[in-house]
Amino acid sequence: MPKDGGIGASTVRREDVRFLTGTGQYCDDMNMFGQTSAVFARSTVANGVIKSIDTSAAEAMPGVLAVFTGEDFVEVGGNPAGWLINSRDGEPMKEPKRPVLAHGKVRHVGDAYAAVIAETIEQAKDAVEAIEADIEELPALVNMKDALAADHYVHDEIGTNQCFDWGWIEDNRAATDAAIKGAHHVTTLELVNNRLVPNAMEPRCSMAQYNRANDEYVLHTTSQNPHLTRLLISAFVLGIPENKLTVIAPDVGGGFGSKIYHYGEEALVLAAAKKIGRPVKWTADRTEAFLTDAHGRDHVTKIELAMDKDGNFLAFRTETMANVGAYLSNFSTATPTFLHGTLMAGNYTVPNVYVNVKAVFTNTAPVDAYRGAGRPEATFSLERVIDKAAREIGMDPIELRRKNFIKPDQYPFASAAGLEYDSGNYDALMDQMEKVADVAGFEARRKASEKKGKLRGFGVNAYIEACGIAPSNLVGVLGSRVGLYDAATVRVNATGNLSVMVGAHSHGQGHETAFPQVVAEMLGIDPQSIDIVHGDTSKIPFGMGTYGSRSLAVCGSAVVRATEKIINKAKKIAAHMLEASDGDIELKDGVFSVAGTDKSVTFGEVALKAYIPHEFPLEDIEPGLEETAFYDPANFTYPSGAYCCEVEVDPETGKVTVESMTAVDDFGNVINPMIVTGQVHGGLGQGIGQALLENTTYDENGQLLSASYMDYVMPRADDLPFYTVDHSQGNACTHNPLGVKGCGEAGAIGSPPTVVNAVIDALQSGGKSVTHIDMPMTPHRVWSAMQNA
Amino acid sequence: MTKVTMTINGKSVSGEVEGRTLLSSFLREDLHLTGTHIGCDTSQCGACVVHVDGKPVKSCTMFAAEADGADVATIEGQANADGSLNVIQAAFQEHHGLQCGFCTPGMVMSAAALLKDNHKPSEAEVREYLEGNICRCTGYHNIVKAIMAASGQDVSAIAAE
Repeated sequence: MPKDGGIGASTVRREDVRFLTGTGQYCDDMNMFGQTSAVFARSTVANGVIKSIDTSAAEAMPGVLAVFTGEDFVEVGGNPAGWLINSRDGEPMKEPKRPVLAHGKVRHVGDAYAAVIAETIEQAKDAVEAIEADIEELPALVNMKDALAADHYVHDEIGTNQCFDWGWIEDNRAATDAAIKGAHHVTTLELVNNRLVPNAMEPRCSMAQYNRANDEYVLHTTSQNPHLTRLLISAFVLGIPENKLTVIAPDVGGGFGSKIYHYGEEALVLAAAKKIGRPVKWTADRTEAFLTDAHGRDHVTKIELAMDKDGNFLAFRTETMANVGAYLSNFSTATPTFLHGTLMAGNYTVPNVYVNVKAVFTNTAPVDAYRGAGRPEATFSLERVIDKAAREIGMDPIELRRKNFIKPDQYPFASAAGLEYDSGNYDALMDQMEKVADVAGFEARRKASEKKGKLRGFGVNAYIEACGIAPSNLVGVLGSRVGLYDAATVRVNATGNLSVMVGAHSHGQGHETAFPQVVAEMLGIDPQSIDIVHGDTSKIPFGMGTYGSRSLAVCGSAVVRATEKIINKAKKIAAHMLEASDGDIELKDGVFSVAGTDKSVTFGEVALKAYIPHEFPLEDIEPGLEETAFYDPANFTYPSGAYCCEVEVDPETGKVTVESMTAVDDFGNVINPMIVTGQVHGGLGQGIGQALLENTTYDENGQLLSASYMDYVMPRADDLPFYTVDHSQGNACTHNPLGVKGCGEAGAIGSPPTVVNAVIDALQSGGKSVTHIDMPMTPHRVWSAMQNA
Repeated sequence: MTKVTMTINGKSVSGEVEGRTLLSSFLREDLHLTGTHIGCDTSQCGACVVHVDGKPVKSCTMFAAEADGADVATIEGQANADGSLNVIQAAFQEHHGLQCGFCTPGMVMSAAALLKDNHKPSEAEVREYLEGNICRCTGYHNIVKAIMAASGQDVSAIAAE
């Protein structure tokens, strides 16, 4: 058993106390002396030419300090995409400029074309109403198929609405085609991965200060990765030198991907703060969040699965259209490609995989990574077509999956989609799932449901994902324009407590509790003496932040490496204090001792000696006890899982209720089981939301119909069940020092196909020949499918 | 501008407000009680729930002037007199009923209102009561569990670490 507070302990979270007492400090909770307010003028049409903008009336309104339009930013750089994708023909993707404020054209409803800075938010709102913009509306490009066929463009200068046409792996295309052509059985499925809005409960907020005395800026902003935001602003958008810009992401109320990216509002408040010489704050309201936060998913896919006569998988082939919206958000080109296509072999020994993705510009909000980012799309396509195939050939869906699973003795396994999986045991996960979910008892529960007049269905799913992005060498080859290491500095203070500065950012993940557990375990000291510092570029080393379930696998590994350096140096200091050789020094429970003797010094005594280096061997050891490590992994990590759920369908109304949901995951080693379980719960809630409730709907004119919580159906407490979560079947990651794999996105990846598979099972048990229903499976869609079957 | 006076967390406070000033804005901007959060603009999310004269209210649906003379309780006044977490707050921590913390003040205030009227709510009653509070992080499992635990019920049979 781990000692309390060390690795493996379900330590309660220390950050909870401030959140439970109302003393958290989120961006909008802070106000600066002399602060002013920014409000944006946003397009009400999806596609339009800006003929003129008259700001004179707005400028004359009470309290107005400045008005900006797109013309003010024509000379500055664009907000770039972080990955370069090349099309099948070798042509690089189309990269239209993404400006701070729209000029020339507006390209989606909500596209900001002007901003007012005023003494109060009310004055700024009133002044925005006084801006006279003459915008000539053009036909909107909303549907991807229409956009690809159209002869007018979201970005006129690129002359196409196709961003790229990507093939993965192009060299495997002919073999995949041949395998499908010659197969005994081919199952085909066309499906939609519905467009979602991430909906972190804290709306985005950015507040800028400019200090004229030394030409320095401070930006408080709702970010998952303050260093990345600073880099984008400095190197690409405004050109503010990095050493003159501090970016601080304080308490952040959820991200789910939407707060990875740099947004134009951040650049605007920085420029405005300099111009008027006072702090400028902008806080999104929820409608702005719906209109302008990067959305997620939005794939339309045709997938084919080829099998031999025994049900062995021979090939997967997919054709996908992926919506990127009106502008390329920072990860938007990586998400439908390398975070999606590389996972299209799933958990299976399938020898042939070919993935084609066409990314399409439309007059809608940008689309980018949302919890899971490409892997939910891959898993959904795979696990839906496998389920359909099982029904077509009359094989149990669990048996068909097991037949094609990679076996434990096949690791490391080179997948047909180009990744090398390091560890796993998918049969063991399935065994555990069947056990904890009492799959054997399903038929009895189905009969009980039928007695109540309900149809009961069982759905199963196996997933694998690539997390912990990532190895810089690999992502560099794949087109990433940044490295994806992370960094940590461990500072042992003179009085023996520790400050650990990390590149990861916690916006719900509990880093302030879990990271000290790692350091405490390594040093054998009280975790309460260790504090995590995160979110402030002036304090933390250059790390890449939190997304892709990478915090512990990448940044946690940097923490381990830095702590190892601390131990090495501390042993030298202890050896000096104990007049021994440092090779003889052992560290146990916070005490350094000379092996085989009773001579020892405590960790605290060594820390004090490091900073009061009297009689110190300065020729051998520097004073101080502070170390930094950058960690760049050798591979992705590969969490996997077996999920199942049971649903009841009311045949009279089509309403689906999730009766049980079981998630058995292989996360490798687990540092804090309580936090890991909570991460899975959250992902399950979002995945069930996608499957049953959530949809982002634009009308044919590009108006967002689901722009509030009255219209976009967020999962609420009474929509969801208690979950069963199990991570007893962990196989340690083989290439990072903690053996951890990442848990943040699993629930959102594994649950949507599980729910859909269960609903199809329920309907078929009622004699309906329904083979697919697109998400969200609303009562209307389910009822209609039953009537048409 | 209108002068308003109310009791907040046991202390009398006064302020000048516009007719359009919402109670949530008065709390956050004038009194700097920023534990009450604003997560939407349609009175759906529940991050701004406070108690007015003992009843749970979404403070974004009420004008500050309407609360003149009222007794208001916010998240900042919920801890025990010695500063320790009250039974609901402690249950949320023990059962990991929060992640990013943004919806949490509203959840705690709603939970307090529920338990005042219903000392032993069932799972279904808790879930139904929380309809007006949206959480995006937890999938609600541990929130429901924490509230049931805070009411003194044995939740050990509910799966979790």
